[in-house]
Amino acid sequence: MATPASVHSHAPQGFVRKYIFSLDHKVIGIQYFFLALTAVFVGMLLSLLMRIHMIWPTAALPLVGEIKPETYLSLLTMHGTIMVFFVLTTAPQGGFGNYVLPIQIGAPDMAFPVLNMLSFWTTFVGFVLIIAAFFVTGGAPLHGWTGYPPLSAVQSAGPGEGLGADLWITSIAIFCIASLMGALNFITTTLDLRAKGMTMMRLPLTVWSWFITAILGLLAFGVLLSAGILLLLDRNMGTSFYVPLVVVNGQVLGHKGGSPLLWQHLFWFFGHPEVYIAILPGMGVASQVLSTFSRKPIFGYKAMVYAMLSIGFFGFMVWGHHMFMSGMSPYSAFAFSILTMAIGVPSAIKTFNWLGTMWKGKIRFHTPMLYAIGFVSLFVSGGLSGPFLAQPVLDIQLHDTYFVVGHFHLIMGVAAIFGIFAATYYWFPKMFGRMMNETWGRIHFFITLAGTYAIFMPMHYLGMAGQTRRYSQFTEVPYQAKLIPLQTFITVAAIITISAQFIFVINLFWSMFKGPKASDNPWEATTLEWTTSTPPPHDNFGGVTPVVHHGPYEYGVPGAAKDFVMQTDPAVGATH
Amino acid sequence: MATYTPTTPIDHIGRGHKPPVPPPGGGDDGRGGGGVPDYGARLRRARLGLICAIVTVCMVFISLTSAYVVRQGLPTFDDASNSYVRDWGEVHLPWVLLAINTAVLLISSLTIELARRAAARQAALAPVMEIPGVSLGKETRFPWLGLTVLLGFGFLAGQWLAWGELHNRGFYMNTNPSSSFAFLLTITHAVHLTGGLLALLWAASTSLLRRPVEARRIVVDVTAWYWHFMGVLWIYIFALLGFAR
Repeated sequence: MATPASVHSHAPQGFVRKYIFSLDHKVIGIQYFFLALTAVFVGMLLSLLMRIHMIWPTAALPLVGEIKPETYLSLLTMHGTIMVFFVLTTAPQGGFGNYVLPIQIGAPDMAFPVLNMLSFWTTFVGFVLIIAAFFVTGGAPLHGWTGYPPLSAVQSAGPGEGLGADLWITSIAIFCIASLMGALNFITTTLDLRAKGMTMMRLPLTVWSWFITAILGLLAFGVLLSAGILLLLDRNMGTSFYVPLVVVNGQVLGHKGGSPLLWQHLFWFFGHPEVYIAILPGMGVASQVLSTFSRKPIFGYKAMVYAMLSIGFFGFMVWGHHMFMSGMSPYSAFAFSILTMAIGVPSAIKTFNWLGTMWKGKIRFHTPMLYAIGFVSLFVSGGLSGPFLAQPVLDIQLHDTYFVVGHFHLIMGVAAIFGIFAATYYWFPKMFGRMMNETWGRIHFFITLAGTYAIFMPMHYLGMAGQTRRYSQFTEVPYQAKLIPLQTFITVAAIITISAQFIFVINLFWSMFKGPKASDNPWEATTLEWTTSTPPPHDNFGGVTPVVHHGPYEYGVPGAAKDFVMQTDPAVGATH
Repeated sequence: MATYTPTTPIDHIGRGHKPPVPPPGGGDDGRGGGGVPDYGARLRRARLGLICAIVTVCMVFISLTSAYVVRQGLPTFDDASNSYVRDWGEVHLPWVLLAINTAVLLISSLTIELARRAAARQAALAPVMEIPGVSLGKETRFPWLGLTVLLGFGFLAGQWLAWGELHNRGFYMNTNPSSSFAFLLTITHAVHLTGGLLALLWAASTSLLRRPVEARRIVVDVTAWYWHFMGVLWIYIFALLGFAR
């Protein structure tokens, strides 16, 4: 049984209880943030190795030496898995959701603090296990982040498919359990711990996004967990859930009758909502930041909420669009296609509302705002190729090409990362009590934005030209070899963009200790986290229970003394 | 720089043009959110958490059921006859033993319900009992919780026997797809039930460790609902294995 929020109202003493096994949602949020930061550098390093190998296939690289095709597949698998689970799922929800959600709803902590701590440490164990896959006999698995059987289900299928693959599946299963515990906590907290006056329609859109993400997680991770258990059984107990009659190296294995498609259905039933688990918090942060720095109420608050709810709802009905190439009834494909394109409607509503929020606003171009605008830009650029891929006839042509790589990196990769950056620059003052350097923040933004487009836009053209994805090198295929110059351009852009991330890290750590002291409300924002001290006390509001009187985005209120009204402002008259 | 002239009247701020006062009862409907939650609020919170947990367990079993149905309907390529055949096969489950286990689990659901009500009564009366000189007479306390723990272990032991019996009849996890699912579903259920048993042991320890009676009541209450859910889930699995053979 988890300790209820009120039980530990006194700040814990001692290093271990305060910083390691802390029950404080703020410490846990920061722990998640640094775990994701570590993971993203591992993921970036792997992508860098892949990019370098692609244009210099014979070069021996530091740490890894010569990269064989199977090594390349291991790098690809681990890059995808680490980025999707331990960065894009961990940072926005576990990191910022944990830190900010309870404060934004006026709660002293999450509903179940012990469970919260357990979710973090379970995630940590999952991360350790997946990293361990690099160091076991045979190395990391090579079945891609989607883990399609029979490759992932047969131990003898490749060098990384032994213990490495077992570690991979166990890590994902543990991550599922951690995410389920987190989702349970987020939902209960949002529903039950809101301060007086904080109605659902007064919640900041960030809280809505974390809440909907948690619902998606609650429904999706259980499915992946079940699928993973079946995969483990196929691998280790000789069952045939996924594995049909297969012959490996001339040897007939004992499996019979399993269906690889069964895994694909279960995996993508989780996998598509997972895309929204990664991007929805970014949408929430973009809404929050765009409104704050445009000094205008968010355009169409209710429409934003309903759009996120419908994106979440439709997210569970479109998994089949990942499987057009796997073979399915044309009628099913048609249904999945129409439903997928339908997601364009709420997405367009959101984009329109973001632009409407900025329209004629008194825009303040601080770094968080730049990243929020960058998020909208990437969301549109990456999203527009979605309706192309949603059509089976086009997807069959484009599916195994770089077009898809460009598409999903823009929309769920870097768009979500831009959401994380916006959140970092926006909440850093509250989290660490100091301001980040603006100049370096802007330099970081412009290099990252330009670099991102330089990396992922050309991939669309490569895909249309027929360049296949997952190939470790293209020198042996004449028509593919002609495209290598563009791949070289992408690699150079990637090296520059990755190098620019050190600007961010240095800025982050330097500002943590040397940045100018932040005031309680440096951005002149309205939500509850800016009403408390910086950084917030252990129980968030220093023993005071906030009472909410307004919606979250009251900017430019006529007659008010300032151009914003805090959510907790008891009487508008007092602001005159 | 463009300028923006807000049009919202001063008395219309707040979403939905509500006056700038908190609505009656507050966003949490007077649940005391933000302050020190009372016992009722903590119980409701724990139950809400439980509902989320039950949704998750449901998703796990829905996934396994869909895998069951799909795998059952799949033809298998038989290399000997070079044709597609059905390899599902029938598992000879020890129905009598499973029926006894079912009865044990249902009885345990009854005993835990009595334990839940007893814990609720105890928690409700605790403040009265603390008044010096006040006595409510002799309260007979039957160890319903202990009995439930025993029945829970009894069910698990019965399941263990059932798995052993399946082995005796020549059915293992990898014998055929239907035996794979029979083991998988029953073991997954047993794992979840063990979670409930651990919670019950924790609840029992609360009285030994002299924790507040409210804490014990919350654990017992939530575990009781979880236990009922485990009973329903078991009947579902029993029906699936029985009727969708």
